[in-house]
Amino acid sequence: MELRFTPEELAFRDEVRDFLRNAVPASIRRKVEYGQRLSKEEMVNWVQILNAKGWSCPAWAPEWGGQAWSATQHYIFKEELHMAPAPEPISFNMNMIGPVLIAFGTQQQKEHFLPRVANMDYWFCQGFSEPGAGSDLASLRTSAVRDGDHYVVNGQKLWTSTAHHADWCFVLVRTDATAKKQQGISFVLMDMKTPGISIRPIVTLDGHHETNEMFLDNVRIPVSNLIGEENRGWDVAKFLLGSERGGIARVGLSKFRVRRAKQLARKTPAGDGVLADQPRFRERVAALEVELKALEMTQMRVIADSDKFGHSPDPRSSILKMKGSELQQAATELLMEVAGYDALEYDHAFVTGEREVQHDDDWARTIAPNYYWVRHVSIVGGSNEIQHNILAKTLLGL
Amino acid sequence: MNFDFNEEQRMIKDAVDRLVADRYGFEQRARYLGEADGWSRELWASYAELGLLGLPFAEADGGFAGGPAETMIVMEAVGRGLLLEPYLASVVLAGGLVASAADEDQRAEILPPLIAGERLLAFAHSEAQARYDLADVDTRARRDRDHWVIDGCKRFVLHGDCADQLIVSARVSGERCDPDGIALFVVDAKAVGVSRRGYQTQDRLRAADITLDGVRVPLVALLGASRQALPLIEKAVDGAIAALCAEAVGAMQQAFDMTVEYLKLRKQFGVLIGSFQVLQHSAVDMLVMIEQARSMAYYASMMVNEEDVLERRRAIAAAKVQINRSARFVAQQAVQLHGGIGVTEECQVGHFMRRLSMIEILFGDADHHLAQLARDGGLIAADA
Repeated sequence: MELRFTPEELAFRDEVRDFLRNAVPASIRRKVEYGQRLSKEEMVNWVQILNAKGWSCPAWAPEWGGQAWSATQHYIFKEELHMAPAPEPISFNMNMIGPVLIAFGTQQQKEHFLPRVANMDYWFCQGFSEPGAGSDLASLRTSAVRDGDHYVVNGQKLWTSTAHHADWCFVLVRTDATAKKQQGISFVLMDMKTPGISIRPIVTLDGHHETNEMFLDNVRIPVSNLIGEENRGWDVAKFLLGSERGGIARVGLSKFRVRRAKQLARKTPAGDGVLADQPRFRERVAALEVELKALEMTQMRVIADSDKFGHSPDPRSSILKMKGSELQQAATELLMEVAGYDALEYDHAFVTGEREVQHDDDWARTIAPNYYWVRHVSIVGGSNEIQHNILAKTLLGL
Repeated sequence: MNFDFNEEQRMIKDAVDRLVADRYGFEQRARYLGEADGWSRELWASYAELGLLGLPFAEADGGFAGGPAETMIVMEAVGRGLLLEPYLASVVLAGGLVASAADEDQRAEILPPLIAGERLLAFAHSEAQARYDLADVDTRARRDRDHWVIDGCKRFVLHGDCADQLIVSARVSGERCDPDGIALFVVDAKAVGVSRRGYQTQDRLRAADITLDGVRVPLVALLGASRQALPLIEKAVDGAIAALCAEAVGAMQQAFDMTVEYLKLRKQFGVLIGSFQVLQHSAVDMLVMIEQARSMAYYASMMVNEEDVLERRRAIAAAKVQINRSARFVAQQAVQLHGGIGVTEECQVGHFMRRLSMIEILFGDADHHLAQLARDGGLIAADA
């Protein structure tokens, strides 16, 4: 048992920190710092800078472009990325389809897709949820009927985030209508340029267009785009959701927000002094910091054991998901309270990143939208209530 | 960084786990409670044989050079079995204080008999007016030629009733809460002028109130010849808090395991109550609280020897806050999910609640540590 960073790990942290200090373009760093949304070009540009260093998808198997880092190094990298602050590479590419292809793809699929996924030549989105299949994902109805060497796909997907940016979509479709729920589902890759796909924007509470509805009308997908076996797509989906859950804690991001709240509170008048000196505020921050530290350590424990679980996710990743989402939300609430009246003004162009930072107090304009936006993290990826069910079953045997 | 135990640590864990399983059942524990000291002298001898009493001490002092991780392993077992013996009070707290504050001759006099199980120590520090403030010492020691003369009252001395030797904090200069001018003295528990009132605590462990009335000790009784002992006291108490965190985790885990087992046995409305989603979710909430507490127990043991004192105190305060919150939630839920049987003496789950409620108070409650952490600037530096 060695619970401290070794000198090598500390040196690695410095290496990452130095790299990020120079590599993140100033305009992108400022947007992240101010809580603004990035454009598609900015995100692709940033991931390609990372990829040139070999760091866009470090968690992948080294033969496919990942880094042979220890669990601790992966942790350090993510932490430094969040605290820089730098944008986190698109989860659909790096945490979802990449690991899925490595685990389930054919040699040909891996060779074609993985380099393009890592470099964001292909931006992927996720076609899982449907109007009638949210938490109960396995009740999805989008059908795929075999026609020669194609599937003909019909149905409707919901919450297809970034579909309007995406080049490809990984989709869950029903290939056997007669089979029981989880059986009869397949996992396929769909080129977004295929005829028959239409997208309708859904604007979320933060005023931003991130997510969509997606309608599929006789979309023809080559059978060669099937991942894993036909009718065994549920196994692929479970694997994907498990690896997503671990990344969703975002401890570094919450730490960044708390640090930001502490900085801003020093400039926020309260009583005769500033908010940062008020004991009640300080204790509120400290309470959140305690929970974050505990989650950070829990995450390290899960990461340290990650090689013991192989393909099946560590059930404790559900804990990271639940607690991580709660604390992300708590951190945005804290920022709301620091901003006070300054959070009041709605400035759409600033939130979406169309208008650049002009004034010192611009920081407050994104506080409320981000608070509203972050409510989704306890719902997405299997709601926190679903995580309770998963843990009750897997860890407690109830 | 890795969380796996090495070979030696696994052996310690196996040994203490076996001891708890074989010798600390519900009935056995009740029997130890009935013994003269309120705990088992026979088991104490077994701890000595197993090397547990010497575990945290340096080899030069006759110990086995275990670190915080080894103490954590032992204390988790102490928590699981609700052990009654004075391991925390005598070995971790008072022993830890001697190890860091005493000079070589004093260590050679005090530690070997402690390690052999032939002598018990207690740390007589807290006073009725002090609450959780470690600097609040009103007991006085004055020099009288070749003696020190100590006067004062100590309250809640953990296992102070059975101790052979007391480590007494007393002020040699300054006002009541002055951080400077506190010294530590080795006092024979049977010395003239020492009177003790021993009592059972809510968790059925033992403590004592101790009055020192003109107690005369030789000059060599001044530990480490230091009159600035507060930093040493703080360090020893931080060590005890880290140990207590591990004990709490053991107790929580055991109470939780009992609760999950009960959910799989108890039937109402014709079905196992564990099939009810509301109870499943309560159990999961307990699990999350325990995992968070376990993480902070690790963190505490990782930081307890940190040389930057402010960093150490922040970490220990943070750990105690999490432990206290988890302990209260888990203990109360464990009783709640047991239903009526949970509030009875004959069901052990409530015994865990009693111990956990005492752990919450010992060395400072959550509010105390949160306020301290907030004053010290918290865990995340505001400056990048």
